Amino acid sequence: MTTLPLLTILIAIPLLAGAIVLFLKPEGARWVALVATLLDLALSIYLWVAFDPNGPQWQFVEKVPIGGPINWALGIDGIALVLLNLTTFLMPICIAASWRSIEKRVPEYMAVFMLMEALMLGVFVAQDLFLFYVFFEGGLIPMYLIIGIWGGVERIKASYKFFLYTFFGSVLMLIAMIYMVATAHTTSIPALMAYDFPVDVQKWLWIAFFASFAVKLPMWPVHTWLPDAHVQAPTAGSVILAGVLLKLGGYGFIRFSLPMFPDGSLYFIPFMFVLSGVAVVYTSLVALVQKDMKKLIAYSSVAHMAYVTFGLFSMNRQGIEGAMIVMLSHGLVSGALFLVVGVIYDRLHTREIAVYGGLSNNMPGYALLFMLFTMASVGLPGTSGFVGEFVSLLGTYQASSWAAIAGTTGIILGACYMLWLYWRICFGEARTPEAAAMPDLNIREWWCLAPIALAVLWMGVYPESFIRPMRNDVGRLLVRLEHVAPAGDSHLILGKGAQHSPGHMDHGAMH
Amino acid sequence: MGRFAPLLPELILSIGAIVLMIAAAFAGRGAARLIGWLAVAVLIGATVALIGAPSHAGPIFDGMVAADLFASFGKAVIFPSAAVAIIAASGWFEGGSEHASEYSVLILFAAVGMSVMVSATSLVSLYVGLELNSLASYVLASYRRHDERSAEAGLKYFVLGALASGILLYGISLLYGFTGTTTFAGVAAAFGRGAPSLGLLFGLVFLLAGLAFKISAVPFHMWTPDVYEGAPTPVTTFFASAPKVAGVLLSVRVCIEALGPATDAWRQIVIVAALLSIFLGAIAAYGQTNIKRLLAYSSINNVGFALIGLAAGDAAGASSVLFYMTVYVVMTVGAFLCVLWMRDADGEPIETIASLSGLSQSRPAFAAAFAIFMFSLAGVPPLFGFWPKLLVFNAAVSAGYVTLAVAGIVGAVIGAYYYLKIVKVMYMDAPAEPYSPVREPVQGALVFAAAIAVSPVGYLLIGPLGSLADRAAGSLF
Repeated sequence: MTTLPLLTILIAIPLLAGAIVLFLKPEGARWVALVATLLDLALSIYLWVAFDPNGPQWQFVEKVPIGGPINWALGIDGIALVLLNLTTFLMPICIAASWRSIEKRVPEYMAVFMLMEALMLGVFVAQDLFLFYVFFEGGLIPMYLIIGIWGGVERIKASYKFFLYTFFGSVLMLIAMIYMVATAHTTSIPALMAYDFPVDVQKWLWIAFFASFAVKLPMWPVHTWLPDAHVQAPTAGSVILAGVLLKLGGYGFIRFSLPMFPDGSLYFIPFMFVLSGVAVVYTSLVALVQKDMKKLIAYSSVAHMAYVTFGLFSMNRQGIEGAMIVMLSHGLVSGALFLVVGVIYDRLHTREIAVYGGLSNNMPGYALLFMLFTMASVGLPGTSGFVGEFVSLLGTYQASSWAAIAGTTGIILGACYMLWLYWRICFGEARTPEAAAMPDLNIREWWCLAPIALAVLWMGVYPESFIRPMRNDVGRLLVRLEHVAPAGDSHLILGKGAQHSPGHMDHGAMH
Repeated sequence: MGRFAPLLPELILSIGAIVLMIAAAFAGRGAARLIGWLAVAVLIGATVALIGAPSHAGPIFDGMVAADLFASFGKAVIFPSAAVAIIAASGWFEGGSEHASEYSVLILFAAVGMSVMVSATSLVSLYVGLELNSLASYVLASYRRHDERSAEAGLKYFVLGALASGILLYGISLLYGFTGTTTFAGVAAAFGRGAPSLGLLFGLVFLLAGLAFKISAVPFHMWTPDVYEGAPTPVTTFFASAPKVAGVLLSVRVCIEALGPATDAWRQIVIVAALLSIFLGAIAAYGQTNIKRLLAYSSINNVGFALIGLAAGDAAGASSVLFYMTVYVVMTVGAFLCVLWMRDADGEPIETIASLSGLSQSRPAFAAAFAIFMFSLAGVPPLFGFWPKLLVFNAAVSAGYVTLAVAGIVGAVIGAYYYLKIVKVMYMDAPAEPYSPVREPVQGALVFAAAIAVSPVGYLLIGPLGSLADRAAGSLF
């Protein structure tokens, strides 16, 4: 293993670039930001290559004591690795997507974005409880500024809502963290993942962490900040919000709630399943009636995140691996969909669905990519969405067939709203002359969307590349969850056959 | 002479103040700037003398004062922030008809008073220190005596402060009457003999009420917004920093050294005051349009958080209070220095929040520094203001007061709103008329240093500052 503190460098590159761009002119700021994010991408790809899936759980470990109960402790496992790569992959695309659509205060914008990247990467690599919290909460400041300065008409309200909602969710987690450190006398996340808290304490701690992660994820009914934030944020802001920030919630569940409080998690499985079930059905229905494209995709995000919670809390291999793939896939697909919306928003400056129509005539390339991402969102086989949703629902079915029924309903509804959206935008006749006059994708937009399209297909055709690094980590998590994993209600029972027991004709009818 | 060695900082300050007062009287207004810098030098000298002075001398002068590490820690925060208050006034009073030079002298006297406050181990020296500080403060508040608001602030402060002193003195006399001693050790011994009598309890309540006024904890906070708004901005800078630290540290010492055996009795008072301060400070700030008034509520809010650490009642709690007040002073002084720079085209001070609109576009560095202070005061990580909040909650949770910590942190979220509002005005609103530039390189350097200190770079201080605060707090137990 190399001795360079690679993870620190990974965080330092965007921070440094962020400081530099503040003193540059707009054009220079754009290039520096792009180069910095590409460097980070290269470094994270190197990490992926150098990561040994069969090696120790935590790799590239660094630890520098700062003094007091906080350490600069970094390290990644497979789960963090893939999410880290998702972040670094989306970042250059965000910078490119903002190339021309952000015209005012460009150096500041790029600086804030660089800060954002550093903090998000920090969340995934932190191995110290308080360090994690610092990164986790720190992300609020740049996102608050991104929405509030470069957002749409209602940006102020949306930025407040975003900040206060998520801040409130997280501070309760802070108290729980303090309690954990006071009890376990360590701030090391790996150590805490193996620490057994008393069962009744676990429930309280679980609730506190839930408050934070449920808001971040977001889960119904605390999702209401998301549509506002998404609609008002600039395109790149939405991409980061959907692509990475929402993943922090799922990452939190998988890193904290499940391994640290297995008994607490067991206790709250029904609660999670009910919330997820409601989320899938309710938010899908809400998405159906949206007139604003971004809002529609925002609601679809909430529905997709419910597959994550379904999968995670079914506590079996399929469920957890599926949830991870849903997170990755959703990060790519919803990010891409926001970019797709951004492309036409840049041309007409409206997100009203009714204004568009017939884009497949004048924007064939656009319609093609949009089709691909729509299908990936719906979960068509061959795309990443299928792998994630199928596997996570497979896991869910083993834990609870009712939950799986609710989940699959969402797939049907998802097809409804996405296909209908696509139909209204791309097919038929253009509803306004402006829409008919829009030019197709330019080179820059191709460069933004094509890499995501490739990744989506790769993940759909050969998901093993993405599952391999985290397989052992999921295995370790399952060992930790072994004593609490729900038995499920869908086991095959070897019967005597119907002809021998005519009185029990209804047997198995439930399934 | 050896007996006086532990008092070297106070001696330097007192002699320096007297000499400068005479010098100011003879030199007149022209020497104001020189005398200001000399006063700063005296304060720095006193701070340096802290290193030499024995910090483990224990009780001296028959238990009137103690020269322990706790006192030294307090002084090491108080003296520099008093010096900053002098620097903040540079270029402020010369224009008017005031006796500009006396300003620095008054701050020096206040510093002597605060120095006695943090070292006091007797109810008498406590009162003397408090009054010395207060009297200087009353004059400072009304320093612009031709300005109606300043005069009003001074009068209000004096009348209410005198009332509070009366209450405090009444508490002291009750304690003295029922214990027969004025030393903290003696009072503690009296409280240690079984359940305290009604008289002792009354004394305790009055004593704490008087102290609560001095640190502007709710429900004795009424004077704060008016005085902070009315007093000249450099004076407000001073009020929000050094005397606050002295008052809080004094309260900690009284609660732990004198009232230690009656912890259960004062803890409920402190908890109520803490929560009320946090919530009132957070909620009342909503409608404010004056930045100084808003920061006044912010200081009320912050005292509440510090009191949470005190409510824990143990060494970790006291240490977290020390840490909290240190970082608080840096953030507050930084914010007020920014307020000092809000001047209109004629160089006259502006205090409306609306005038900050779009500051990030006309003065990016100024706005960035101000935003850092605001986020830090709100306790949002990764800024350093988060860490002291974590420490006080940590102390509360470790002592078993989880509900208190949860309530406090909910207050922190409510309070975050108005800090965000300032950032919003500066970063998201259309630019207002730009401020006229202020040429004060020293103040600029101070703002820069404070902004760096409360930025994530500040986390490097956790180790040294934390261990220092731990040792200082340990000297109380």
